Amino acid sequence: MQSPYMIRIQGLKKVYGAGEGAVTALSGVDLLIRRGDIHGIIGMSGAGKSTLIRCINLLDRPTEGLIEIDGQDVTHLSEKELRKMRRSVGMIFQQFNLLMQRTVLKNVCFPMELSGVSRAQARARALELLELVGLKEKAGAYPAQLSGGQKQRVAIARSLAMDPKVLLCDEATSALDPMTTASILQLLKDINTRLGITIVVITHEMEVIRQICSNVSIIDGGVIAESGAVSELFSRPQSEAGRRLFHTGEPKIELPTGRMIRVIFDGSTTFEPVIAQMILTINAPVSIVSAQTNTVGQERRGQMVLELPEDPSVSAKAVEYLASKGLTVEEVKD
Amino acid sequence: MSMEMDQLVQLILNGTGETLYMTLISTAIAYVIGLPLGVLLVITEKGHIRPNPYFNSVLGTVINLLRSIPFLILIVMLFPVTRAVMGSAIGSKATILPLVVGAFPYIARMVESSLKEVDHGVIEAAQSMGASPLQIIYKVMLPESFPSLLNGLAICLTTILGYTAMAGAVGGGGLGKIAIDYGLNRNKMDILYVASIALVLLVQVMQVLGTRSSKWIDHRRK
Repeated sequence: MQSPYMIRIQGLKKVYGAGEGAVTALSGVDLLIRRGDIHGIIGMSGAGKSTLIRCINLLDRPTEGLIEIDGQDVTHLSEKELRKMRRSVGMIFQQFNLLMQRTVLKNVCFPMELSGVSRAQARARALELLELVGLKEKAGAYPAQLSGGQKQRVAIARSLAMDPKVLLCDEATSALDPMTTASILQLLKDINTRLGITIVVITHEMEVIRQICSNVSIIDGGVIAESGAVSELFSRPQSEAGRRLFHTGEPKIELPTGRMIRVIFDGSTTFEPVIAQMILTINAPVSIVSAQTNTVGQERRGQMVLELPEDPSVSAKAVEYLASKGLTVEEVKD
Repeated sequence: MSMEMDQLVQLILNGTGETLYMTLISTAIAYVIGLPLGVLLVITEKGHIRPNPYFNSVLGTVINLLRSIPFLILIVMLFPVTRAVMGSAIGSKATILPLVVGAFPYIARMVESSLKEVDHGVIEAAQSMGASPLQIIYKVMLPESFPSLLNGLAICLTTILGYTAMAGAVGGGGLGKIAIDYGLNRNKMDILYVASIALVLLVQVMQVLGTRSSKWIDHRRK
């Protein structure tokens, strides 16, 4: 029976160098990526996300651990088998990495040329792919004549040339402006829907995860801090790393006098005047320290940090009221 | 003029022909040796497609040693070898051997520096598509650095042209020999000047052709 997972990673470790100067980039990553999913991996710089994605197609050799792509253990392949495996895993990069002395068309032909596809066949397929990414009229241009977004489109077309099962995106939109980023993400989403390719997205940008990913894993200090559906993790991050990532924009609170709580709204209650009602109920003032809302998929989600009155009985009442409205309340410490 | 005009023209034309013959043949042979060595210098580096630090440092050291011998001394040192291999140690044809020996380490370094201009990300992209090391050399590194290699060729040609003139002092042929034979040994300074001007013109033409064509075929800025 076919496994529901396209990529299965277990106990993945990567150590650079040896002895005293050894640097541990990954210290035991476990990760499951579903077939046909767009799975995001987010983390701060230095968290190990680039090493992780580079280990998937063995651009970096793992020190230890298991990596399975479509049921095949890839860590023990011979060089020849590894090259064959890589043809079924496309990859795009932050810096596009196009061949500068080849035309757009020849760039897209490149992977087919490597695996011995006939010239005519490669050309026809390349033109098809360029049409898919909306750049057919640029077939004869050189990469230096294109904008960043166009270069990434060419790179995407090139990565699709060998009909991959998986597409790895290593910070693919980090060098692009927000508008271009949105259009590239839309293209990736279309490819996922139309071709059913499993896409792994590495990024440090929340927006990228929010716009296209269905599942996300948070990587922190060389391990996966938590994984889950994007909507779930956005509203209720369980890990410290998750809270750091998703609850940005909170000012550092200096010596709070009252009790601080974080209230999380999901789609159903965001716009009800809950806070006003709460204040009427407890009959005491509260101050709003910060508030923000995000659109996740079709739903609007938000969170608010409140400072409650010092009197413990009054603040307990406030928390009780919010909980009775079905909202998630957590304590904010320091 | 110390010589009839048409005689002088004939002399210079012959000299130019010999100089070009030595330069082009020895450059071609030196590239056959130097180009693969340059490739090896790059790919055996740490983090490249065939890392081999030991081999890399041995090769690097040998190339540096060869390059540190002044060319004039190299020619003299090679006299016995040249005589054995080429049948004679003097004349244009014989000079080709020391020229090749003197030039290939230089070419290896020029090729190395051109190949290093290729962005490592592009090589990595090719690897991610399942390219073999040979494919990376033939389809990525060499074509991507071609404009720079061509520029390097122009520099190597002009350097080797300079070497042929030096070889003229110790039994080589061509314009260098004419300049030394007539100018230095017979004190006919006008012929020395004409031969020198011919050398300067040859260098100019090669350099300009090299630079122009390198720019013309480069698609990085257009």
